[in-house]
Amino acid sequence: MKNNLLFDFTVDKATKTVFINREFDADLSLVWDAFTKREILDQWWAPKPWESKTKYMDFKVGGRRFYAMVSPDGEERWSIQKYTSISPKTNFKMTNAFADKDENPELPGSEWDLNFSEQNGTTKVSVTIYNESLARMEKMIEMGFKEGFAMTLKNLENLLTTLSQQ
Amino acid sequence: MRRDIFQAIADPTRRAIIALIALQAMTPNAIANNFNTTRQAVSKHLRILTECELVKQEQQGREIYYSLEIGKMKEIDKWLNQFRKIWEARFNQLDNVLSTIKKKKK
Repeated sequence: MKNNLLFDFTVDKATKTVFINREFDADLSLVWDAFTKREILDQWWAPKPWESKTKYMDFKVGGRRFYAMVSPDGEERWSIQKYTSISPKTNFKMTNAFADKDENPELPGSEWDLNFSEQNGTTKVSVTIYNESLARMEKMIEMGFKEGFAMTLKNLENLLTTLSQQ
Repeated sequence: MRRDIFQAIADPTRRAIIALIALQAMTPNAIANNFNTTRQAVSKHLRILTECELVKQEQQGREIYYSLEIGKMKEIDKWLNQFRKIWEARFNQLDNVLSTIKKKKK
């Protein structure tokens, strides 16, 4: 695997926008599928040890994905994504809102804009996430914080396993 | 109950209070004059902010002045860093998924 792939992450608190750019060592069609097909999405969307569980996903304009992030002890955090624009293998836009298990969205949500482009077999994905309210952004970050913490513990566990085998 | 910085800034009035006292130390009455809410409500917000260690109190004569603990605000940047790690982890997982799929195709 190439190690020199781009990853940058910036947050503009004034405009309440998060920008993420990442390159992948794979062709455009495959990366597009990884973002738009539930069976692939669920394999990577949740940072371990959390798991992504998609209840349904209808990838078309006006369609939705209803999914949960599931914690190791079974806690489910549901979200609804609604696709607002799709240009195959180039761009798609969606809104994302936290929800309860009965699909009642917690508004306002965030607006996502994802761009895909390929150069010499490397595919670049640019994600822009705009949050209508600052409180929403804080919640998103807070949830990220919790998941991040769980992830850090997992990484620590892996590290300890590796060290103990040496 | 343990308080943290997330609770402190989860409320719009508290964020407005933070913005006000970031500029200068203020008394509860002076802060309350900026809001269409009761003095009691402002006191409650100040109590939460104090419990979160985001503001400090200073007695000057008969008045108590509230001001911002700048260092505590830096914790916000720490969460942003956590959030960045989520995306890093997520995309590293995607790298693995992509490479598995590519191998299967060959």
